[in-house]
Amino acid sequence: MIIKKPEIPSSEITPEATYLSRRQFFGASAAALAGAAVPALAACDTANGAGKTAALDTMDAGPQRDELTPLDDVTSYNNFYEYGTDKEDPARTAPGLLKTRPWTVVVDGLCDRPGRYGFDEFVRGTRQVDRTYRLRCVEAWSMVIPWSGIPLRDVIARARPRAGARFVEFTTLLDPQQMPGQRRSVLAWPYVEGLRMDEAMHPLALLATGLYGRPMPAQNGAPIRLVVPWKYGFKSIKSIVRIRFTDTQPRTSWNLSAPREYGFYANVNPEVDHPRWTQARERRIGEWRRRPTLMFNGYPEVASLYSGMDLRRNY
Amino acid sequence: MTAARWVRPAAWVAGLIPLILLVAGAFTGGLGADPIEYVTLRTGFATLLMLMVTLAVSPVRKWTGWNWLASTRRTFGLCAFFYVCLHFLTYMVDQEFSPAIILEDIAKRPYVTAGFTAFVLLVPLALTSTKASIRRLGKRWQKLHRLVYLAAGLGVLHFIWLVKSDLRDPLIFAAVFVVLMALRVRTWMAGRGKKARPPAAPRRAAMES
Repeated sequence: MIIKKPEIPSSEITPEATYLSRRQFFGASAAALAGAAVPALAACDTANGAGKTAALDTMDAGPQRDELTPLDDVTSYNNFYEYGTDKEDPARTAPGLLKTRPWTVVVDGLCDRPGRYGFDEFVRGTRQVDRTYRLRCVEAWSMVIPWSGIPLRDVIARARPRAGARFVEFTTLLDPQQMPGQRRSVLAWPYVEGLRMDEAMHPLALLATGLYGRPMPAQNGAPIRLVVPWKYGFKSIKSIVRIRFTDTQPRTSWNLSAPREYGFYANVNPEVDHPRWTQARERRIGEWRRRPTLMFNGYPEVASLYSGMDLRRNY
Repeated sequence: MTAARWVRPAAWVAGLIPLILLVAGAFTGGLGADPIEYVTLRTGFATLLMLMVTLAVSPVRKWTGWNWLASTRRTFGLCAFFYVCLHFLTYMVDQEFSPAIILEDIAKRPYVTAGFTAFVLLVPLALTSTKASIRRLGKRWQKLHRLVYLAAGLGVLHFIWLVKSDLRDPLIFAAVFVVLMALRVRTWMAGRGKKARPPAAPRRAAMES
């Protein structure tokens, strides 16, 4: 296994007391982590169902270690088709083209407090959190990334969605000048994604504004993107300009592109293969051997959202 | 006919450029965050590229009259085989040489079925690429080596079937393949009109397309 030491300033490493109290706050949702001292260890705990509090200075020595993916890899290996379809394209072109300020996020649809927010306004008044999550691409590779941002549920609560709002729809910037990949119709632009309201309200769902203690790089979906760690990566929409509450299931970009291959739910599920490749194993970037894919990407705390659902039909 | 002595070495160098680029990339960290995926993609691309170059030799030779090109066809064909071997080897590394996984892929994933079949078809072509084989097989050599058309077509299908949504590169290969095949059909149809001519000696027949 390639072990690379990420450079985390000590200011980023949360004192043990705060770390433990955050874990209590989330209860079984042990994915709320702070700092890189124990990257995703609690997520390991969750996967093993152990639920035990981990000491900060020990790593679980089991076969499924979750080490942070080096910053270089996180910022140079991206699927962001707005900037080209090769993995290296976004890092090459996005930083010079994407204008992240001024940035407007529109919140509208079936809610009582819609609004047009500048970026600073949008994040003001909400909790800033650090979350280290696994991110599993539908192409069967994955990373472990220390995000920072604001819980999606806080933003939703602020907007006061109405009773009829059953879904939340997200939209990416549409601007072929800033996003040259949008001049080709590899996907229908702008990129659209969506969540069921209970999924959006789950504590794990994060509106990320940074990674590795720095502001979100352009190629990772600056300045604000979604991270839904129990779903395939294409659900974690980048460079969000609109959040809309709706009563109809949003028509999401990859589902429009290939309905038989990319569903609305897109929960990570090793038992349901992609029509053209298996989802049972994945390559963790930085490792030479593949590893088994975990149900819900190792976040079993979301399972209750889908009890009774046929996850093969609702892929 | 004797080709200029520089032609074949030059063809080898040209054919190995993709390999040189890969090796250089390996030493400069240019293989990216997922080296296995990158090498798999680049060796697959090199295979298709070399196959198309191989298939282009005869039409270009006829069109330009540059008969020295004839000796490059085997070189490029063997380069294609070299890259497909690398490609398959890298794929097996990716699947950790697990027979269960690999056999399931070949059986259940159409794009792997197409790719693996194309690979298998190229093996007898590589094995019979020598002058001795051409002499020994005579007219059958010609028929056997027509399998390269099927292999190239399956290779294009393999590429089309594995991309998520960006069909640009696969369709470019498909277009090139269709053109190269169309040129051959034209030559073949023109040849049928001259069936009264005595058959050429086996060796020369193998050198024509």
